[in-house]
Amino acid sequence: MTQPLLLGLLAILVAALFAASLLIGPAALGLVESLSALVAGGPEGDAVTLIMREVRLPRAVLGLLIGAALGLAGAAMQGFLRNPLAEPGLIGTSGSAALGAVIALQTGLAGAHVLALPGLALLGALISVALILAIAGPRGGSLTLILAGIAVSAFAGALTSLVLNLSPNPFAASEIVFWMLGSLTDRSMVHVWIAAPFILLGGLVLLGLGRGLDALTLGEDAAAALGVDLSRLRLWLIFGTAAMVGGATAVAGAIGFVGLVVPHILRPLVGARPSALLPASALGGAAMILAADIAVRIIAPDRDLKLGVLTALIGAPFFLHLIWRMRRQLA
Amino acid sequence: MRAATARFMSGSMRGFKRLALGLCLIAGGAWAEPARVVSINLCTDQLAMMLADPGQLVAVSHLARDRRSSTMVAQAKAYSITYGRAEEVFLKAPDLVLAGTYTTQATVDLLQGLGVEVALLAPPSSLADVGDNLREVGRLLGHPARGEAMAAAFEADLAALRADVVRRPRAALYYANGYTGGDRSLAGEILVAAGFANVAAEVDLTDAGRLPLEQLIQAAPDTVITGRPYPGNSRAEEILAHPALDGLRRGGAVTDADWVCGTPHVLRAIAGLADERRALEAE
Repeated sequence: MTQPLLLGLLAILVAALFAASLLIGPAALGLVESLSALVAGGPEGDAVTLIMREVRLPRAVLGLLIGAALGLAGAAMQGFLRNPLAEPGLIGTSGSAALGAVIALQTGLAGAHVLALPGLALLGALISVALILAIAGPRGGSLTLILAGIAVSAFAGALTSLVLNLSPNPFAASEIVFWMLGSLTDRSMVHVWIAAPFILLGGLVLLGLGRGLDALTLGEDAAAALGVDLSRLRLWLIFGTAAMVGGATAVAGAIGFVGLVVPHILRPLVGARPSALLPASALGGAAMILAADIAVRIIAPDRDLKLGVLTALIGAPFFLHLIWRMRRQLA
Repeated sequence: MRAATARFMSGSMRGFKRLALGLCLIAGGAWAEPARVVSINLCTDQLAMMLADPGQLVAVSHLARDRRSSTMVAQAKAYSITYGRAEEVFLKAPDLVLAGTYTTQATVDLLQGLGVEVALLAPPSSLADVGDNLREVGRLLGHPARGEAMAAAFEADLAALRADVVRRPRAALYYANGYTGGDRSLAGEILVAAGFANVAAEVDLTDAGRLPLEQLIQAAPDTVITGRPYPGNSRAEEILAHPALDGLRRGGAVTDADWVCGTPHVLRAIAGLADERRALEAE
């Protein structure tokens, strides 16, 4: 499939899911009524306008942005490490970002400055990506990568639980589940403005790395011979993934497996070229999160089912399948 | 061998004590007056502080000193506190432990296994339960007349407060995680007693349950009454600061400690809310 055709098809899919996300919700609204309220707006305080603009629009926009962030970050990491198992959720990036976000919220820093919440989430992600790359860099191999990821995830998860358990807020401890599995329920435009700048900035950085990652498929020496500055590539990759995953996790919690499944499905369609896989994975990730968020609303409308439950139900078998195929290399 | 005998002896003593208590119950129609009472539930704490003799109540729960949930913080400082753990409660050597039906089952089982008498009180789900609970705690403490008098006074005050309202403004209760209280909950009855109509009834919610933000906005209530957020941060309470909710909240009505337990202090909640309603109608 040619790249423009694939990207076009994915864009149409994302647009359709985005529209569906806007039109599905517990308040039964008419199609024309809701769309005109969204675009034109009703009189001041009109209920339909409020629902469309303040409840459903932020949810759909966040689904789009966060899905794109996770898909793109996964594809970029896999390109750099040349390892299909690298994924923000599995190697602890999302968990560390969640820890940063929880610290920002519970210390009150998030209330004191608007950048504190996504900033600390970014910092958490940054530390974990740098740590993982130092331990399991290009020569580390899959086993080192996954084992280091398990350790980082467990550590970040334990500290997140600790911070929430120590909070004076009686609800905080029950929200460990949210930070581990993620959800988009009742997010507002405030959350969009918190996450969007970080995700967009990280996205620009990662999309710019395509050529360098393409060269890297030939090996490090060949890439260096082609004029790719590997240490600069590494720094940009760390910053880009941390910004995207940090921004996404700060408002929606850690959602796993998107960055694993999406590049895995799309890789054969783009001829395994990282530069082509990056934009395709961003669109694919957006489609996956939007679809999962629509599914949680249809399957259990009154339950606030967590997004990470659905992505793990799809992603974990994929993960096992990948390990099965790679088991000789892993052994 | 000696240990086994001792265990057997203490077991049979425990059985005897239970039998004795049971006999007292049959003979007097009430408990014998327990000399040392420990309460491990916020709501029984407050009822016991109102009804016990000086020195009879030994300890209350730590929540009784928490301003956000207790209406009797000053009084609670006169008692020692426990965190409701079986070990510390047992060391107070109580004749009677007052607990809620939602108290951890393991704690209750352990205390009963140690031979401690535990009385479980259901949390009130209506204003009628408030009077019943006052009578029940009065009886358990050996002061049935005191309980009866306080319950009768409460019921008379409540009847005097109940407003005759021609047009009831529509209000919604909204708590963390988007939960609301329907007509068959204590908070819902407080709302109706203060002269409001509960929006939850319009979406067929009778008990407590989740009301999605979208449905709340669609119902367009005259006012929304929310809880006061706790310190620290929680995603559960972020919904109370959602921009879409701002336009719906009028006046400053919040649910506070007066709303939490079925004590006569719910009358204060009703009176405050009725003032809120009159202010709303004057607008």
